[in-house]
Amino acid sequence: MEYCNCFESPWPADELLMKYQYISDFFIALAYFSIPLEIIYFVKKSAVFPYRWVLVQFGAFIVLCGATHLINLWTFTMHTRTVAVVMTTAKVLTAVVSCATALLLVHIIPDLLSVKTRELFLKNKAAELDREMGLIRTQEETGRHVRMLTHEIRSTLDRHTILKTTLVELGRTLGLEECALWMPTRTGLELNLSYTLRHQNPVGLTVPIQLPVINQVFKTSRAVKISPISPVARLRPAGQYMPGEVVAVRVPLLHLSNFQIHDWPELSTKRYALMVLMLPSDSARQWHGHELELVEVVADQVAVALSHAAILEESMRARDLLMEQNVALDLARREAETAVRARNDFLAVMNHEMGTPIHATIALSSLLQETELSTEQRLMVETILKSSNLLATLINDVLDLSRLEDGSLQLEIETFNLHSLFREVLNLIKPIAAVKKLYVMLNLSPDLIEHAVGDEKRLMQVLLNVVGNAIKFTKEGGISVLASVAKPDSLRDPRAPDFFPTHSDNHFYLRVESQPLAVKNSGGSGLGLAICKRFVNLMEGHIWIESEGLGRGSTVIFIVKLGIPARLNESKLPFLHKGPGNQVKLIFSGLKVVVMDDNSVGRTVTKGLLVHLGCDVLAVSSGDECVRAVSYEHKAVFLDVSMAAVDSFEVAVRIREKFSKRSDRPFIVALTGNTDRMIKENCRKVGMDGVILKPVLVDKMRSVLSDLLEHGYLVESQ
Amino acid sequence: MHRQLANMKQTLFDQGYLDEQFIQLEELQDDANPNFVEEVVTLYYRDSARLIQNIEQALEKSPLDFSKLECLMHQFKGSSSSIGAKRVKSECTQFKEHCRVGNADGCKRTFQQLKKEYATLRKKVEVYFQFARQIGPVEKACRSK
Repeated sequence: MEYCNCFESPWPADELLMKYQYISDFFIALAYFSIPLEIIYFVKKSAVFPYRWVLVQFGAFIVLCGATHLINLWTFTMHTRTVAVVMTTAKVLTAVVSCATALLLVHIIPDLLSVKTRELFLKNKAAELDREMGLIRTQEETGRHVRMLTHEIRSTLDRHTILKTTLVELGRTLGLEECALWMPTRTGLELNLSYTLRHQNPVGLTVPIQLPVINQVFKTSRAVKISPISPVARLRPAGQYMPGEVVAVRVPLLHLSNFQIHDWPELSTKRYALMVLMLPSDSARQWHGHELELVEVVADQVAVALSHAAILEESMRARDLLMEQNVALDLARREAETAVRARNDFLAVMNHEMGTPIHATIALSSLLQETELSTEQRLMVETILKSSNLLATLINDVLDLSRLEDGSLQLEIETFNLHSLFREVLNLIKPIAAVKKLYVMLNLSPDLIEHAVGDEKRLMQVLLNVVGNAIKFTKEGGISVLASVAKPDSLRDPRAPDFFPTHSDNHFYLRVESQPLAVKNSGGSGLGLAICKRFVNLMEGHIWIESEGLGRGSTVIFIVKLGIPARLNESKLPFLHKGPGNQVKLIFSGLKVVVMDDNSVGRTVTKGLLVHLGCDVLAVSSGDECVRAVSYEHKAVFLDVSMAAVDSFEVAVRIREKFSKRSDRPFIVALTGNTDRMIKENCRKVGMDGVILKPVLVDKMRSVLSDLLEHGYLVESQ
Repeated sequence: MHRQLANMKQTLFDQGYLDEQFIQLEELQDDANPNFVEEVVTLYYRDSARLIQNIEQALEKSPLDFSKLECLMHQFKGSSSSIGAKRVKSECTQFKEHCRVGNADGCKRTFQQLKKEYATLRKKVEVYFQFARQIGPVEKACRSK
């Protein structure tokens, strides 16, 4: 520009150049001025821009450059010194600012560049996130599918529906060509094709379970890709096309027992079903990981659903069974009630109906007794009366039986004579035994007290039952009845380990043993023992049978609790067996008896004996005299049976005839030295009350008298 | 003295003349009947004397009426057993047995034996009672059975 000062106003040739320079400078200045404006404008607009100071600097630089160029415009022509000065100032400033800016830019530009790097980095990151998002979305979709499938599967508890639904949904979700389920057979040796998606006939196909491919699948819980030509996958009609990939997964079949608290079912289950899934052929689709996962999850869900279905089935079955049982029980209960009611009605009716004729019999027999009867007839009537009474008792006891069952039976406790109870039972049994040619032996132990407190009637029933049964089931020989006081150690019975009787002053335990002394026995122990058992239990006792074996008969033993009467002299029996003679004499004192013996010595001896005992004795030597002399005052008549001249039997008969009423008649006792059984029989036949063997001991006579006065008959021992 | 009496009685028992029935009779003897035994024995001898006579008469007949003999003997036996005359009783039983089988000789023989026993017993018992009477009631009270 300096060279321009020397020239003349140059609008000629250099005018064009000048013009262009002039215009360029002008535009440069314009641009230079507009740039900062733009910058300021845009920076003002943007929110964040950290380099303001730089911009200011840059702006200043630009402005100054522009100014320089603008001022340059005036330098093309002649210009004054002021312009030159301004120009210089402007240039100097511009130089300063530009240098400053240049220096500053050294710092700024790397920063700006790094911004770019960061931007790239962020873009990468965003791309990555996008990818992940895609994955998650896929997974979520899978999950949705699974949930839906599970929902479908679990919405039913029907096994068939579960399985069918599974296949259908899986087919739909994964777009399968074919989906099949192989279930193990009952034997567990084969897999049976149970369900398929599209294949038309699912049944009939079986494959053995021991195939390697199946084992491979069963070994792992993951879905396994298997070859399309393996037997389990050969379900599609063969064709030329490429079969799609096949995946198989195991489905554990769980049972109720598999669900332990700490034991995950995987470990304990043994049976698996096989699910085979086939992609469509010719589709070039591949099994993706998420699809395999889906399949595995579905398989597990199916297992759970199946097990639930199984549990439900079982519980339904159990409930049905219970309901059936309930119904049956109800019916049985109602039947039992009806039966009990029927039985009670029957018992009541029978009791009444049978009671009437029995009572009639008893009444009429009693009346008959009062009339004139021959000896035989009287005997017969007495037997009838006795039997009828027994029968009446039995009928009453039938009613007792129903009360026994209800538990409302009460024992009638009173004091009774134990010894005479036994003798009475034996006497009742003896006719039956005699018919069967059996003998009955009674053995009362010496420590058995005579009187006891208890239910005499029921005890007699038990005894009769036991002894009667023994007789019934003995063919030959006889039976022996042993009565004793039960000792604690002898009460041990293997069948009653809980039976611990206690001893006290108030009661003792009577032990009765009925034993066959038999040569031959038939079996059986009788039904009445059930009743006996109840009575015995009521008496706080125990009854049991011991048997040596078949054909040897059974020994029935029972123990009952009886009370001991408070004081002997409080009991209603005034007679004592033992005691000093004086006491005895008092007891028998004045007892009027008759002694008939034609032998004077014998007569005297017997008389002396009775007198010694305190009786008032009338001794006669002939039958007529005897019959004449006997009166209602006499309590006993002792007839010597070994007389030759007199038939004592006839005398006995006549005496009996003399007294119509039994209560007036004295006891007739035969004295004989003859041990022949025939004598005893004959005595019994004519109706004598007892037989005594001569020689008669004082004690014997004493006991005889006691027996007679107490019970009206003699015990036949010795 | 009472020891002597007891010995005498014991001898009678040991020799089999008397049995337990005699003891029984003695038992019947008490304050009410102090001489019961003696009375009974005396009665026995009176009675049996008659019986023996009858039997002798029956034995002299022939043929023997066994049933009658048996009957008589039965009575005699009864009396004898009532006082406890053991040996006499056994002879009676034998006699009856002979009668049953109809052995006349046996009967006669046994009867002789019987009479002997009877006499012996009578003598012995008489001595016993004499002795007893001498001792008196004190002894009777002290006698223990």
